[in-house]
Amino acid sequence: MSEYARYLDDSQQSFARPKTVAQWLHLDLMLLLPLCLIMGLGLLVLYSASDGDWDTVSRQLRNLIVGWGALLVVAQIRIDTIQRWSPVLYLFALGLLLMVLGFGVGAKGAQRWLSLGVIRFQPSELMKIAMPLAVAFWVVRSGLPPRLGVTVVALLIIAGPAAVIALQPDLGTALLVAASGAFVIFMAGISWWQIVAGILAALAAIWPAWLFVLRDYQKQRILTLFDPEADKLGAGWNIIQSKTAIGSGGWSGKGWMQGTQSHLDFLPESQTDFIIAVLAEEWGFRGVLCLLALYGLVVARGFWISLTAQNTYGRLLASAITLTFCVYIVVNMGMVAGLLPVVGVPLPFVSFGGTAIVTLMLGFGILTAISTEKRIISQ
Amino acid sequence: MAGPLDAMRDTRREWSINRARLIASLVGILLLMTVLVYRYYSLQIVQHDAFLTQSDRNRIRVEVIPPTRGQIVDRKGRLLATNQPTYVVGVIAERATDLSALTEELQDRLTLTEDELDAFKERLAQRRPFETVPIKVGLDDSALARVAVDLHQLPGVVVEAQLTRHYPFAELLSHVLGYVGRISLDDLEALDGDRYRGTLYTGKVGLEKRYEPLLHGQPGFQHVETNAHGRLLRVLEKQPPQSGQDLRLYLDLDLQRVAAEALGEQRGAVVALDPLNGGVLAMVSNPSYDANLFVEGISYSAYAVLRNSLDTPLLNRAVQGQYPPGSTVKPLLALGGLSRGFITPATIVRDPGWYRIPGDDRRYRDWTLRVRGGGHAEQVDMRMAIAESCDTYYYDLAFRMGIDTMADVLEPYGLGRATGVDTTGEQSGILPSTRWKREAMGEAWFPGETLSAGIGQGYMLATPLQLAQATMVLANRGTSFVPALVHRVGELTVGGVPREPLKLGEEDWEAVIAGMVDVVHSQRGTAASISRGMSYQMASKTGTSQVIGIAQDAIYEEEKVSERNRNHGLFIAFAPVENPRIVVAVIAENGGGSSAATPIARQVIDTWLNELSDV
Repeated sequence: MSEYARYLDDSQQSFARPKTVAQWLHLDLMLLLPLCLIMGLGLLVLYSASDGDWDTVSRQLRNLIVGWGALLVVAQIRIDTIQRWSPVLYLFALGLLLMVLGFGVGAKGAQRWLSLGVIRFQPSELMKIAMPLAVAFWVVRSGLPPRLGVTVVALLIIAGPAAVIALQPDLGTALLVAASGAFVIFMAGISWWQIVAGILAALAAIWPAWLFVLRDYQKQRILTLFDPEADKLGAGWNIIQSKTAIGSGGWSGKGWMQGTQSHLDFLPESQTDFIIAVLAEEWGFRGVLCLLALYGLVVARGFWISLTAQNTYGRLLASAITLTFCVYIVVNMGMVAGLLPVVGVPLPFVSFGGTAIVTLMLGFGILTAISTEKRIISQ
Repeated sequence: MAGPLDAMRDTRREWSINRARLIASLVGILLLMTVLVYRYYSLQIVQHDAFLTQSDRNRIRVEVIPPTRGQIVDRKGRLLATNQPTYVVGVIAERATDLSALTEELQDRLTLTEDELDAFKERLAQRRPFETVPIKVGLDDSALARVAVDLHQLPGVVVEAQLTRHYPFAELLSHVLGYVGRISLDDLEALDGDRYRGTLYTGKVGLEKRYEPLLHGQPGFQHVETNAHGRLLRVLEKQPPQSGQDLRLYLDLDLQRVAAEALGEQRGAVVALDPLNGGVLAMVSNPSYDANLFVEGISYSAYAVLRNSLDTPLLNRAVQGQYPPGSTVKPLLALGGLSRGFITPATIVRDPGWYRIPGDDRRYRDWTLRVRGGGHAEQVDMRMAIAESCDTYYYDLAFRMGIDTMADVLEPYGLGRATGVDTTGEQSGILPSTRWKREAMGEAWFPGETLSAGIGQGYMLATPLQLAQATMVLANRGTSFVPALVHRVGELTVGGVPREPLKLGEEDWEAVIAGMVDVVHSQRGTAASISRGMSYQMASKTGTSQVIGIAQDAIYEEEKVSERNRNHGLFIAFAPVENPRIVVAVIAENGGGSSAATPIARQVIDTWLNELSDV
């Protein structure tokens, strides 16, 4: 029935005409309402983190609006169209990444940007979207679970761009990109012994990576994780200050706009990667739990969409996007709390910055497209 | 893309694979979220107190407020040592982006010397985290304005106001007050570190050192909230410092000035005491130096000039200069002779102009032999022997008393012992005796040396302050006080500590003092020349002491040698004779004779009795 419906043209789908505006716009309100709450909370925290600077807040608002625009556009695209264009998008993104290596623009000692006249653009962000699309496209082609050969090729599809991004160097994005591809393989049902072998291989790669791949500042960040006190005023400063901010918040927090760590400039990067520390300091543990609950609603809905998607491609995509979203949250909150090394991963929809928001909203656009398509069809 | 029929065949199986993996993912995510929540729970609930303390310690800094050093005023309340606001440029190393570049920049702007740079680096190595390390101190308003217009653009640089010691009368009072200087590592060992946090200076010599514990005061504290850049946002709690206590001196600034002017270019010292309490009314040592140079640290070359000068400007002659007292000991010996029965006021000595120890051919000359020959008179009594300073009379007295009896009778006047005046570096002089010579030189005493001692020559040495103290004993007919510069510390009187009184017969005192009155007021007195126009009566004694030798390794011109071989002129005096109100001792180094000293004393006493004294 469902496979049949997919091949009906628009005129034949007239019986499935949507009734509400949300349905007409292909929007999944169960997914997007918690998202709105997170964004609202994020703006409040950002207002405090920027010391009451309206300029920062309005710029973030603009980022969010652009993100919603991207979501609305993507939500209207049919999943099979996305599926069909997946390899093209992947190759396009890979091409741009190689161009960045050639003549990218540097910022803070890393080459990540491609300047297109007026706008500067990070191809690695585009790859975050293209990667799960391409891997899902490849895996679905030959049916699930993938055979060993298919898995190896999929791993190569992942490894290529991840390596290029790691060379920029941007370890955080490389990990996110690799993860988003790996989640597809995982969801596709490769056997557990392959997963264990993969994990062992990754662990075995740590030693050569430490010797040959990681740069000094990256090693420093990892060492700092284990002993932040070793260099209190240098590398350890960020993590000591963020833990102090979080811990001093207690259960109920110091109150909105009352955080001493952030308002007295002790907390670095308080508007971007370390913004969760501001929330924890001012809103306390209960604020952190609230935010986690909202994220939980989003993740739960993501899983529901994946579970109820009408075809394998949509299911793989929906779960990969949702899991990647989880990685953002866990890595960001983990690193600020001193559990993970400091890598450049923002807190979704709370950290200041347009690129991450647009990328995430593109992903959620795909999610809502998957969600609404199945509902249209099921009616 | 997979064919639709293929896909249809696998759909159910693929869906179940996906569902299984979704459940696995869900479990994984729940696990990770649990770890995350536990981590935040641990930080925010379990370790909350520790982190709250840590965050308070971050923003709240305890700052030490150094106390204001006590001021020093003269007897009429005029400021002699004050505190002036100056500025310190400091560096907080943790805030500087590039410390060595910053240091170079500051070196340019502030024209730092090598010494200052080395001192800065030394302090930098010993700093506490986020502490301001001074790099340049002692900038006044205009110097600060010149160099610091855009210091605020240099991160890590701070300018702090602080009080610096200032001596408005510079050379005039340097020997009295001493000076403060930067706290050295040696000082730190002796000082209480807690009381000196934030303080840069401590007393090095003189009153400033002697009264350091009282002048310094007690530091205060304030808890301030600062941001990560060290900027002070507000004061949360404050415990104000306790200023050091002020010192009020017995010294009269005007009298000090008169004494210094009277001394003029003459090397030497003037000490004036109040016989009623031992207070130092004036204390001049010439040449002097500017104590202000030492406050910020004198340059090595400037210090070398002061230290190597043949004129020894750093020597406080009033308490550190030791001179043969010469004839000024004669009244004291006369009193000793009277009290021990060696002489009476009527005892007569024949004076041919010289003295010879019985059984010895050597002649000991009277000073008149060189001047006019023939001695003072055929018959010299005690009064004349004082008024005209007859050496022959005292050769005879000394020979009969013997050196140890002489030492016994001179000891109560404080010769050979530090007076205990409240300053630093006081010398004790020498009161020779057979025992002293055996201990100090390992030699036996020769009879001829007894005769030298009888006219205050030979081994005998005294400081001008010791002579003034001895004169105080005479002025008060036996009672005296420990000489003191400081009258009051805050509200507490510290001066006027009595010494053991010397109990002698009243007629003995008056007989000797009568001789001392004649020194000025009889025609043949040795200081008769200053008697003109004197509105009061003064008792005094002149002295001339021979310069024994000059250091052989000193380098100087031929002309200076002879100048430095001239005799020292001495003069002790008190006035008025009845109810004395001032005691003066003057030494004119290489002045040739006592006439170099007598007018100086007259001028000081005149000024005190006629213009300044409040009695």
